[in-house]
Amino acid sequence: MPKTLYDKLWEEHHITTLDSSESLLYIDRQYLHEVTSPQAFEGLSKKGLSPWRLNANIATPDHNVPTERGDSFKTENIKDEISKIQVTELDKNCNKFGIKQFDITSINQGIVHVIGPELGYTLPGMTIVCGDSHTSTHGAFGCLAMGIGTSEVEHVLATQTLKVSKLKNMRVKFNGEPQEGVTSKDIVLFLIRTIGTAGGNGHAIEFAGSYIESISMEARMTICNMSIEAGAKVGLIAPDATTFNYVKDHSQLSEEEFEDAMSHWTSLVSDNDASFDKEIEIDVSLIKPQVTWGTSPEMVVDFDQEIPNLDFVDGENKRNFELAKKYMGIEENQKVTDLKFDRVFIGSCTNSRIEDLRDAAKVVDGKKVSEDIIEAIVVPGSGLVKEQAESEGLNIIFEKAGFLWRDPGCSMCLGMNPDQLKPYERCASTSNRNFEGRQGNLGRTHLMSPLMAALTAVNGRVVDPS
Amino acid sequence: MKIEGNELIISGVVATIDRDNIDTDQIIPTEYLKSIKKFGFEDYLFDGWRYLDEGKLGISKNDREQNPDFILNQAPYDKATILLTRDNFGCGSSREHAVWALRDFGIKIVIASSFGDIFYNNCFKNGVLPIKLDKNKIEDLFQKMSDSSVDLSVSLDSKKIFQNENELYSFDVEENLLERIIYGLDDVDMTLKHKDKILAFEQTRMKNTPWIFSND
Repeated sequence: MPKTLYDKLWEEHHITTLDSSESLLYIDRQYLHEVTSPQAFEGLSKKGLSPWRLNANIATPDHNVPTERGDSFKTENIKDEISKIQVTELDKNCNKFGIKQFDITSINQGIVHVIGPELGYTLPGMTIVCGDSHTSTHGAFGCLAMGIGTSEVEHVLATQTLKVSKLKNMRVKFNGEPQEGVTSKDIVLFLIRTIGTAGGNGHAIEFAGSYIESISMEARMTICNMSIEAGAKVGLIAPDATTFNYVKDHSQLSEEEFEDAMSHWTSLVSDNDASFDKEIEIDVSLIKPQVTWGTSPEMVVDFDQEIPNLDFVDGENKRNFELAKKYMGIEENQKVTDLKFDRVFIGSCTNSRIEDLRDAAKVVDGKKVSEDIIEAIVVPGSGLVKEQAESEGLNIIFEKAGFLWRDPGCSMCLGMNPDQLKPYERCASTSNRNFEGRQGNLGRTHLMSPLMAALTAVNGRVVDPS
Repeated sequence: MKIEGNELIISGVVATIDRDNIDTDQIIPTEYLKSIKKFGFEDYLFDGWRYLDEGKLGISKNDREQNPDFILNQAPYDKATILLTRDNFGCGSSREHAVWALRDFGIKIVIASSFGDIFYNNCFKNGVLPIKLDKNKIEDLFQKMSDSSVDLSVSLDSKKIFQNENELYSFDVEENLLERIIYGLDDVDMTLKHKDKILAFEQTRMKNTPWIFSND
């Protein structure tokens, strides 16, 4: 029977069928961070167990870390006492169990979904888990990668397996060439707008089509990263020459190991006649830059389009839209381009890779951050991204324009570290969630691409990129 | 959970939140994820809607300014054991803290037309039963709850929902998942019974795909 890429990955890792709905899958890699691991380590200790396969695990602190650190910053320098406890706990647990950690002092520290691929720990065909929903990012390498809860983190530490139900198959084909100023962020926001935040529930989404084939690993990671915002905990892309070149540059495999692996990796594609439970085709040439207006990632408009008028919204959505408009401080008949912005955030596991920073720097070069903007920050996703950007002089471009150039971490994507919105502040953000209070109590988030966020910083408003 | 006749029953007051896409950031904001404990999240459930002031981990509800308009601040809903809501409940972040907050508050059942995948899984690890019903049944339940508080009973044996003695609907849930709630089973213990199979699988995988283990 013809198989999809997801079917193949499932079978390759399938240990045994447990019952009517669940199977035991072998887990090749687990990424750990400070927020969702302490209770898992505690559970492991209470049972008197140690990690099943120590080196399957890679850890780094990212959610709580302050992004103004400078040189020789250590865990004990974290000012927020509660955040410090959590990061210290990760240090302690990694030392106690012998897990490899890139701690706050390491050049390799960064957002877990940025450092995994960059350091070559993410390889095609792996099963990858992490107590973080954006683990779907690693699907860009043809991995079966998904976010899990803390009980499951403990389960994977203890058994190197996960109890899972098989998902349905969905394929999204992106064909065509995007317009000038349209990036992979716009493409994935358009998809979420089209199928809704529950559109991918219960499915693994495979992204395919000529557009996907044409884009870089960084752009592919942005798309797989946000498959969870479309409801799919698994997003994946078949590995190809682009993938193999990236892996060759980043992995620690010997030439022999790499060649050996290649013969397997090239089989990781959906068979021609494989059937999908759901299929969607999108012509990307019709997509304009996308910006969210509300409090769900499906509340998206073209940057120059009117935000839905409540008079023209049907019953069920009306309630949701009304609440969202009120929270976001949006009046009837407004466009996103009418809104005045207070802050700009360029970063997060969605858009903090080198390409994202280059995109943003290009439109900032020689310009100044608008006087209307209280603060615009750029937060590279990892120590290595930061180093690379600095070697290209991107930090100089940003700083000359009036941006703040920070140290790696999750930063303003979520309110766990000092980078937060104040109540009612409006932020142009390259992150992934515009939920109420996500960036700080009563803060207002508009998701967009790095290019659009950089333009918003310079203009104080969302503007036409062309 | 109690036994009535021969049936395992969960019953109690139903609180309603009439919204789609309630994400786990709403169920518990990130501030409280700084805790390294697995219990004690009850005061932070729906924090952004439940309080008028901004909270911090460690500040109890008695020291907060409660929002009198929010249902969980009103009797008898402050003792609710069942939550009724709309579509895609628990979407977003994988934080198990969302289920811990519901559990610690006393919510044992969440009824919705659909759930976020990761949240749905997390529920069964913590004794919270997510029940999926068709949208028209959800609408019907909202109608029933609109005037005054209603108690519902849910039978875990027959998988049926009752109001007083009247059967309203039956629901579907995988038997093995339900058993995890009924018996409070621990997944790690259960999986370790397959230890030999896991070891054998791992040995074969090391031989077939050695590059996966290259940093071991």
